[in-house]
Amino acid sequence: MSSAPISQHSSYHKKVARSRATSEPIWIRWLLIGITLMFLSLFLLVPLAAVFTEALRKGFDTYITALSDPDALSSIKLTLIAAAIAVPLNLVFGVAAAWAIAKFEFRGKSILITLIDLPFAVSPVIAGLIYVLIFGMQGWVGSTLIDHDLKVIFAIPGIVLATVFVTFPFVARELIPLMQAQGKDEEEAGLVLGASGWQILWRITLPNVKWGLLYGVILTNARAMGEFGAVSVVSGHIRGMTNTMPLHVEILYNEYNYAAAFAVASLLALLALVTLALKSFIEWNVERNAQQHEQSFN
Amino acid sequence: MSIEIRNIRKNFGSFSALNDVSLDVPSGELVALLGPSGCGKTTLLRIIAGLETPDSGSIHFHGEDATARQVRDREVGFVFQHYALFRHMTVFENVAFGLRVRPKETRPSDAEIKRRVHELLELVQLDWLADRYPPQLSGGQRQRIALARALAVEPKVLLLDEPFGALDAKVRKELRRWLRRLHDELHITSIFVTHDQEEALEVADRVVVINKGRIEQVGSPQEVYDHPSSPFVYQFLGNVNQFQSHIHQGEAKIGDVGVKIDAHHETQNCAALAFVRPHDIEVFKERQGDKPVFEAVVSYIHAIGPLVRLELKRADQEELIEAELTQVRFRELGLVQGEHVFVYPRNVRVFLDKSA
Repeated sequence: MSSAPISQHSSYHKKVARSRATSEPIWIRWLLIGITLMFLSLFLLVPLAAVFTEALRKGFDTYITALSDPDALSSIKLTLIAAAIAVPLNLVFGVAAAWAIAKFEFRGKSILITLIDLPFAVSPVIAGLIYVLIFGMQGWVGSTLIDHDLKVIFAIPGIVLATVFVTFPFVARELIPLMQAQGKDEEEAGLVLGASGWQILWRITLPNVKWGLLYGVILTNARAMGEFGAVSVVSGHIRGMTNTMPLHVEILYNEYNYAAAFAVASLLALLALVTLALKSFIEWNVERNAQQHEQSFN
Repeated sequence: MSIEIRNIRKNFGSFSALNDVSLDVPSGELVALLGPSGCGKTTLLRIIAGLETPDSGSIHFHGEDATARQVRDREVGFVFQHYALFRHMTVFENVAFGLRVRPKETRPSDAEIKRRVHELLELVQLDWLADRYPPQLSGGQRQRIALARALAVEPKVLLLDEPFGALDAKVRKELRRWLRRLHDELHITSIFVTHDQEEALEVADRVVVINKGRIEQVGSPQEVYDHPSSPFVYQFLGNVNQFQSHIHQGEAKIGDVGVKIDAHHETQNCAALAFVRPHDIEVFKERQGDKPVFEAVVSYIHAIGPLVRLELKRADQEELIEAELTQVRFRELGLVQGEHVFVYPRNVRVFLDKSA
């Protein structure tokens, strides 16, 4: 009878003690939150708002006209093509690399990991220049390509190559730690139960990393569509031919055509917002799964 | 199906995990691979399953060389130490997995799969968990699901890696009796790895004691416990008192006391290790005729449970002797701490110290 109020009392005390011991006074908390919010607004929200206001300054009609301009459409198309090739390529490569690195032991593994990180370490402009050096007119295989009437530099293949290079690490980087943490017990169990390599990949490995994989793909896509430096070097800036969206924005801006420049830029900004939304959704999902697992453990 | 293991060697870098291991497992037996951690027992199990390739030697299933056979063609069931259940599949799908991945010609129909899976889940008494996910199960439940999954493909051999290692003591005891009963029902050749001697002695038909990549002894639980073939086996299987001694013509001299032993009659003055199990130590209050006895002092009495454990301090040395008496005998003697007693080693086993 008497134990109930005592325990209530003590738990109440515990709560108070914990909150006092581990948190700052209210004014410090609000100060920190305020600073963070101010910083975010100044450097992220205000520019974002500016993009959309500038884009719509001369009215919605001008906005639509700017976007339906043939050169703008062509740049959108090219960006989508580059992403449509780069993302699946890097998806396949990323899964293969992560699988190899996480599930097998072999010589030169650390070198492979370093190589995968290379695009992060190299400036995108250098990446573009490398392709010019290899495939350009004066490049190593330039003359052979011309003999066969193939254009890589200042053409779509060059843009795709540069995009693939720059977005190379995202999927693999996302998957390697995940797969390493999961170990290879489940794959071995599948093997003993008679599954083939494909069946193990499709039925065990990929379902286990699906959220990480999706996250990697989204990041790859965002980067593929937004890449400027590397693509700028290999593109040649031929309007309506080899301009991607970021390049097109630059050209319009340099021509003082602000409304059109911001109109195209607003599309890229939208892409960023969608990416962020998807990213939070995935993170929320992963967290929820983890919580469910934790609950059931207890 | 019988398994013959012939001269298996396996190195990991400079570490020799298995060193010329040969073993026969007759059809239908339940065999324990017993040894301390790092002795190579799990490596041997994985080599039998095909998850690891030996550097040399061969594995034969039912007389046929299976060394080069792919894992999936070996028809083994493997229960992993941490179960390795597919975490994104329900219990039902976990058990069904081995049937679903079969090529079309040999794959059972969906109805047949359903029937088989439920049959297996009933066998492990967990039919009611079919729709749960592995993280929602307790350790013992996961263990039994892992077993049902391994049995689903009707393996000829069942391999279990530390099957009870991750469970708490009570569940562990229950599950090992259950495994024994299951084996008696199914009669499938089974090999399990354990570092727990009690588990191996209780469950297995035969115990294979492994140390440092070599087989020390193979025999029934009775044989390996009563007649250990090496000092290692003696120490690894249960408590034991170890004495430094000298052997001379069939007599072991331990300190000043000479004990007749029924071996080493030809040996001339050779250093040896003598072993006596605690329950083979007899304790008296007076000298017993010409029985060779040690004088000792009772230094500690632990009287809880069916057996009374005594710590006895030898008078001639600082060494402690451990003895186990029944409660009846203990009360008969009426021992108290600090009392002077006489100790007779009933069953002494001696191993010549070859290094000396």
